[in-house]
Amino acid sequence: MKLKTIRDVDFSKYAALIALIIIFIIASLSSPYFLKGRNLLNILRQVSYTGIIGLGMTFVIISGGIDLSVGSMTAFVGGLAILVLNAAGATGFSIFLAILAALVIGAASGAFNGFIVTRFKIASFIVTLGSMSIFRSLTLYFVNAGEYRSESPAYQNVGSGLFLGVPIPVWVFIGLTILLHLLLNHTRYGRYICAVGANEQVARYSAIKTRLVRFMAYVITGLTVGVTAVMLSSRLNSISSSNAGNAYELDAIAAVVIGGTSMSGGSGTVIGTVLGAVILGIINNMLNMMGVSPYLQGTVKGLVIIFAVLLQYKKNKSS
Amino acid sequence: MNTALLEAESVSKEFSGVRVLNKVTLSLHPGEILGVIGENGAGKSTFMKILSGIYTATEGIIRMGGEQVEIRDPINAKKLGITMIPQEFNLVNTLAVFENVFLGNELVKKGLLDKASMRRRTQEVLSELQTEISPDARMMDLSVAQKQMVELGKALVHESKILIMDEPTTVLNSEEVKILFQIMGKLRERGVSIVFISHKLKEVKTICGRVLILRDGEQISLSPTAELNINQMARGMVGRELNQVFPRKQFTQGENILKVEDLTVPGLLDKISFTLKRGEILGFAGLMGAGRTELAETIMGIRQKSGGRILVCGEEVQIDHPREAVKHGIAYLSEDRQGKGLLMDFTVPQNITLVSLRRYVKAFIDRKKEQAATDEYVRSFNIKAASLLSKLRFLSGGNQQKVYLAKWMDTKPDILILDEPTRGIDVNAKMEIYQFVRELAKENIACMFISSELEEIMGMCHRVLVMREGRLTGEIQDKDMSEEEIMFYATGIKEGISV
Repeated sequence: MKLKTIRDVDFSKYAALIALIIIFIIASLSSPYFLKGRNLLNILRQVSYTGIIGLGMTFVIISGGIDLSVGSMTAFVGGLAILVLNAAGATGFSIFLAILAALVIGAASGAFNGFIVTRFKIASFIVTLGSMSIFRSLTLYFVNAGEYRSESPAYQNVGSGLFLGVPIPVWVFIGLTILLHLLLNHTRYGRYICAVGANEQVARYSAIKTRLVRFMAYVITGLTVGVTAVMLSSRLNSISSSNAGNAYELDAIAAVVIGGTSMSGGSGTVIGTVLGAVILGIINNMLNMMGVSPYLQGTVKGLVIIFAVLLQYKKNKSS
Repeated sequence: MNTALLEAESVSKEFSGVRVLNKVTLSLHPGEILGVIGENGAGKSTFMKILSGIYTATEGIIRMGGEQVEIRDPINAKKLGITMIPQEFNLVNTLAVFENVFLGNELVKKGLLDKASMRRRTQEVLSELQTEISPDARMMDLSVAQKQMVELGKALVHESKILIMDEPTTVLNSEEVKILFQIMGKLRERGVSIVFISHKLKEVKTICGRVLILRDGEQISLSPTAELNINQMARGMVGRELNQVFPRKQFTQGENILKVEDLTVPGLLDKISFTLKRGEILGFAGLMGAGRTELAETIMGIRQKSGGRILVCGEEVQIDHPREAVKHGIAYLSEDRQGKGLLMDFTVPQNITLVSLRRYVKAFIDRKKEQAATDEYVRSFNIKAASLLSKLRFLSGGNQQKVYLAKWMDTKPDILILDEPTRGIDVNAKMEIYQFVRELAKENIACMFISSELEEIMGMCHRVLVMREGRLTGEIQDKDMSEEEIMFYATGIKEGISV
């Protein structure tokens, strides 16, 4: 074994972490409020909604696909969960039912995307662009473009509650991160999805059921959408059919890309996606504190995504 | 027939120091059809690519009409009147026939496309070729034979003097071949010279005036077709001594393990039947496109059969996915190592355990067990890698092939299908793979050995089956094996099998 020199260290592996540290330092220097515990927890809570979806999205992107429908799906699943909650009466058990329903409907919605992508071999970009429109339209239709309003005050505790002083969505985000990290790095499924994303033909010749593997990535994403839908709908105790989940796909995909997952598929990390989500959250927070117009924040986010992809592209070219 | 249209003098080509074409000299007369034959890798394509400007020669002179020319690129070749019709046509499927004919050379009037003239000219040429194709037909609606006509039309429109046709008849049925030959005859009368590359010696004998035989990049002969019979041509193509040392054959074969009956895939395989015994190395010879890879892929469940049965250990099995094949103890090393075999961005252990990963999982993947297995293969196969954790793309071809072999041996197969197992690897790695395959046979593993290198087939196999155009055309036992004999079956000179 050769001695490791500084040049042997693969910086690209730690790019997201390095970026996070730099941005964290800049943010703490630029505003005295940034480092306040409440602010930090607030950032974490804010990023957890799209961050959770980003965890699932990591799998879809590693498989070589993309899911644009997650934002509308969040509204769709959240809305239906509230309908289930109200229909079951406002008891503790109905909250359990609503959560279960959200997970099942989320998984089913993801399965719908996955089925069409893998069965009919249509580009995931097109399929999920279509289902994005379908989910939003159905969400609007059921309540005539109004709101899904929960009749259970207790439901709010799920999304607004704290555990050991930390918001529940953050705990869920952490828990799912560990779970999906293990799935990606330590199970057969994780190995298979990287194989399928790297070269589907090789994977098929290696006796891997490539369709099923890719299909499951969309189901996983649907499940994470289900989780976020519960967090979001219970936090507000309602879902706006027109606004809920808007542009979540952008944040989720951005987190994945900034986290170093390759847009062409085949490799990526769950931890990177978490770092990506937090980086985005800090940038947003910074812009808010500096008084930048919220309308401009989309521009910054867009630039960050393009820059992240550009870095990936350069890396691929040089190797 | 006195002044040569094109003369090549001592044309050679090297790729990174390896000479693939050595001093080919010929002259091409106006109105001549010249056949070019040789085995895969004999240098036919290389030579034609030099003439059509895709490659430039390392050495040698090319003259046209007595003057030295430099064929820099395909556009340049076209200007000189040389057109190549490749096996994969250069046609745009979504465009109309006339648009394809004039693609890149559109007629323009007042800054706009002159479609009327292009249509008219295309119609004239197509009528001349006596086909019914409409200039407005869309390319994608045409048959392969019709597409070939369009390619010919293209050459006529641009008044090519030399036409190079690479295996034009492999995609045609016998009726279409007849028509093509008629047209080639007509072109010859107009003074067009045709270079006709083919594996089909009968066709060469029929249509060509002279034939150039290449072997291992060397020009073996250039003589009038009338002076050669088909057997002499075949011998000219292969005639070389066995110059590699193969491990001695062992003949301790067990019971039948694989039986294939009337296996059929429409358009690819036609009623293939054979049996394979434990400990046997069964060769599959044939020319490119004979259906050997397709046979392997059908057994493996990558292609779906339309008829026939596959029996493993006497029991019929249904295999519609490689997963099933693996369950029945079948392993397949594809000829396309990079495209179908290995993940270039995965590490060595990750590649080796990809198929057999199930065995390495308790709750999670057991990395230590994976590593231990890899170390074992690295030792027994003599795999050389700077680091086992580096990506596979940094290994040499030979070492990649060994990793590929390890990957499938790790599934503990009973039946191993090797498809061109030594393609693109160095001599030493080749020897190691031969030795290894021989040892597997000793351990009673049954092996299907697909190869286009005849001496390899002869050196390794107990028995060889020859395929041609999706059918089994010959079976040759060890004692009767000769390259000529295999070539006779592969090219269709001999036919008939008694399995």
